[in-house]
Amino acid sequence: MPEVRLALLQKLTALVMLPLVAGHIAVMIYAVQGGLTAAEILGRTQGSLAWALFYGLFAVAVSIHAAIGLRAVLHETLALGGRALAAVTWLIFLGLLALGLRAVWAVTAA
Amino acid sequence: MIRPHRRHPLWFAYLLHRVSGSALALFLPIHFWMLSLALNDREALDDFLAWSDRGLVKAAEFGLVFLLAVHLFGGLRLLALEWLPWSGPQKTLAAAAVGLSLLVSGIFFLQAV
Amino acid sequence: MSTGGVMTVAVWRGGPEGSAFQEFRVPGQKSQTVLDVVIWIQQYRDPTLSYRFACRVGMCGSCAMTVNGVPRWTCRTHVKRVAKTGRIEIAPLRSLPVIKDLAVDMDPFFEKWVAAEGRFHPQRTRDQPVRETKPQTRRRRQADAAIECINCAVCYAACDTVAASPDYLGPAALNRAWSLLNDDKDSGTEAILAAAGAKGGCHSCHAMGSCTRFCPNELDPMASIAGLKRASIAAALKRKG
Repeated sequence: MPEVRLALLQKLTALVMLPLVAGHIAVMIYAVQGGLTAAEILGRTQGSLAWALFYGLFAVAVSIHAAIGLRAVLHETLALGGRALAAVTWLIFLGLLALGLRAVWAVTAA
Repeated sequence: MIRPHRRHPLWFAYLLHRVSGSALALFLPIHFWMLSLALNDREALDDFLAWSDRGLVKAAEFGLVFLLAVHLFGGLRLLALEWLPWSGPQKTLAAAAVGLSLLVSGIFFLQAV
Repeated sequence: MSTGGVMTVAVWRGGPEGSAFQEFRVPGQKSQTVLDVVIWIQQYRDPTLSYRFACRVGMCGSCAMTVNGVPRWTCRTHVKRVAKTGRIEIAPLRSLPVIKDLAVDMDPFFEKWVAAEGRFHPQRTRDQPVRETKPQTRRRRQADAAIECINCAVCYAACDTVAASPDYLGPAALNRAWSLLNDDKDSGTEAILAAAGAKGGCHSCHAMGSCTRFCPNELDPMASIAGLKRASIAAALKRKG
């Protein structure tokens, strides 16, 4: 993928995540009061399409954003480049996406 | 030791953005795995949440919220640098990002304890 | 260092293999620059010392060196500003191959200017009239703000992204590309944007700002690169849409 398209994706996912991160932090501050339990978390999220969409979008965006970000770090610190760098970037993206969507499914499926 | 050519505010802002981004990316798999426990092992999730209710872990959580907030506000600064015509007060904006992040993570910490 | 005092100056000696700092005792003088110190060592202590300079007034951009860990134009850097402890350490610029002592090979630096399309792309021949330039337009002001670069490579040596990523074109070349992109007399818009959006182009920059912090002419390459990023992404969106 050309650099300019990666840069565009990085900025688009950043913009998408602005309200998502703000919302996530607000939920954390609200939810952490009085300690966390599985029942409390799941009671809020299970069977909720809105939370599934919120965190589903979040998981997709953060997988793209983290993969592109780590790509730059790997290129600059380990001198990875070419196909190896592309392969590792895809691996990070797909790994995070699979784990992320599974987590969203786990807490929102009724 | 920090080499002389790096001793200026925007370099520290760059370092903070890189360190926070990398740390959050490394934390994500653990976070996702922990939440997936809800699917087939709810007791393990509760054990994990109970474990996370301790002082030292609370401090680490404060750190994570700070990293998330500082990556958010630091990223906002970078977007502003590129897309808004304020190239001037970059140092002030970088300092504001750190300040706001401390405020947000401080509120989280006060709610958590 | 005041007049009459003596300072210790550690100078990097040697080539790519086998090199070390060598210390000299140099008498302090009034209004002495770091370049004056280097010249004094070569004239009075060791005629084999290699370094580069020409104009001595901050115009030619050939005398940049690393002074106490920071890249500087040595002809306009006063000793009293950098020798606070009575000791100066002078090394060649970072991120460029050392030829000998304080002289670096500038070829990679200028090759990147060419790769960034940082050269003028003319629209007209000498037989046509010169195109009129309106100095107050936004584009012309942006071109002017970036134009006073003397090619000294201080920003290039200051940049950690250049140091970490050898394919990165660097702040000086991209700053020139931004200046040309805003120049109505330049016809290289497409070539400049293609170079900026490619591997090693403007999107490699992480805005750490060392280029702007250390530019001796007080230019703002970081802002120029931000402008290129904006233009490159806008062009990519336009191509798609």
